[in-house]
Amino acid sequence: MNQLTAILEGIGSTVQLLFRAAFYTPTLWRQRARFIEQCYLIGYTTLPIVAILSFFIGSVLALQAGYSMSNFGAKQFIGSLVGLSMARELGPVMAAILLAGRVGSAIAAELASMKVYQEIDALETMNIPPARMLVLPRLAAVLVMMPVLAIIADLVGWFGGALISKYTQSIAIEPEAYFSVLRRFMEFKDVLNGLIKAEVFGFVIVLVSCNIGLNTRGGPREIGAAVTKAVVTSLILILVLDYFVTKALMHLQS
Amino acid sequence: MTCHPTRNPFTHSETAAVGVAVEGLSKSFGHFEVLKNVTFSVKPGEIFVLMGPSGSGKSVLLKHIVGLERPTAGRVTVDGRDAAAESTREQVRMALVFQSGALFNSLSVYDNLALYPREHRIANEAAIREKVMRALQILSLEGTANKAPSELSGGMKKRVAIARGLVMEPQLMLYDEPTSELDPVMSATIAEIIATLKEEYHVTSIVVSHDRELALGIADRVGILMGGELVSLGTPAELRTPRDPRVAEFLNPKIDLKHPRFKKLET
Repeated sequence: MNQLTAILEGIGSTVQLLFRAAFYTPTLWRQRARFIEQCYLIGYTTLPIVAILSFFIGSVLALQAGYSMSNFGAKQFIGSLVGLSMARELGPVMAAILLAGRVGSAIAAELASMKVYQEIDALETMNIPPARMLVLPRLAAVLVMMPVLAIIADLVGWFGGALISKYTQSIAIEPEAYFSVLRRFMEFKDVLNGLIKAEVFGFVIVLVSCNIGLNTRGGPREIGAAVTKAVVTSLILILVLDYFVTKALMHLQS
Repeated sequence: MTCHPTRNPFTHSETAAVGVAVEGLSKSFGHFEVLKNVTFSVKPGEIFVLMGPSGSGKSVLLKHIVGLERPTAGRVTVDGRDAAAESTREQVRMALVFQSGALFNSLSVYDNLALYPREHRIANEAAIREKVMRALQILSLEGTANKAPSELSGGMKKRVAIARGLVMEPQLMLYDEPTSELDPVMSATIAEIIATLKEEYHVTSIVVSHDRELALGIADRVGILMGGELVSLGTPAELRTPRDPRVAEFLNPKIDLKHPRFKKLET
């Protein structure tokens, strides 16, 4: 029962925080320095690990596809399989999982320590709403950077798949053939679909992490607990939302 | 160490000190009652010192005045407005000097002080710079402007926190233990600053402190909080001859080696 009320309270305070931050949207222009700093932290510093992971995801997809598809002589379609999987599913989900681990945890830790060491209280007495100064720039930054991360994840994944397809002896498909199949079976809406998902995941991760950080109570030990909670909640939400957003997008496009 | 500003960089022309009224305030955390039916008022421009043993609810009381906590029962008003309402903070400029300082660790000392005027677009950068440097100078902190809060000692952090309050040009300034962790000279300096702000700029000050010298030296009135209750309220002169034995012992604890207090507790 207590856990249920805690979950409902969490949802309530997250929605409240969203409205508070949205209310201050007009102040974004004069907070542009903070916005750019957050773009750097959320986008640029997450990029290398997104690229590395996507490369290997693309590679292993090609490897597995080659193994199973060559049994019935369909290995020339590897390009479309890797292409669609990366764009519609794995690119956005992997980028979101890394964002949760890298950015969600950092946000929760920073805001939780500000809360524990009374910096949030100080902001409130100075009549500087934390939703305006701390939450809004982060939300705006993730909205801008998340599609970029997802596109890079897609591209690097496709490239990884192409490389493996060429150099694995049992597959041995030239990149020209790989990419021509990829283009034949993919449409722009597949990529767009993935970008919308990435945008939803990124926004939710940052919002939830901010809320968990700001609602930390107690001493330094709670900072660690807040980080764990932010990452775990983000991961669960990514996978649950993944199903529903995919379903909703399919419904809209049909 | 000089601390008498020769001119007045810390007031708006429209600044007016505000009064605070605490009426029947009670606060419980779970089953633990921290404040019990506390009533007092602070007049505009007054220096009110709140004393009491550790854990008597002084800091919680301060948090109610700035609206960080909501009363379980009773009411706190600042300038006639409900302290718990968010709009009060927009209409009344209040500065709270936290016991720990509560400096923004990600910002330099200079940016900590400049945050308030920048966020509220009170002045241009040149004017902000002048105000910030003036506040740092008053508290002998000129050399720390570009340092990070983590590089400062405990006492310096406290002074930076006071400087950050000064830059806000508040109508109501609250201090939570401003002189703990400071050496005697710096304590006296802080006491002088608090008194100067009152005399020159007509700011209302509420000071939570254990410091008897400070209370008797600068307070207009002193309230003593014990176990969540206000047990004494009066001028420093009245406090020199306290009627309540608990207050008398709190203000003049004799170190009695023949009958130590901790042994009395055991029997």
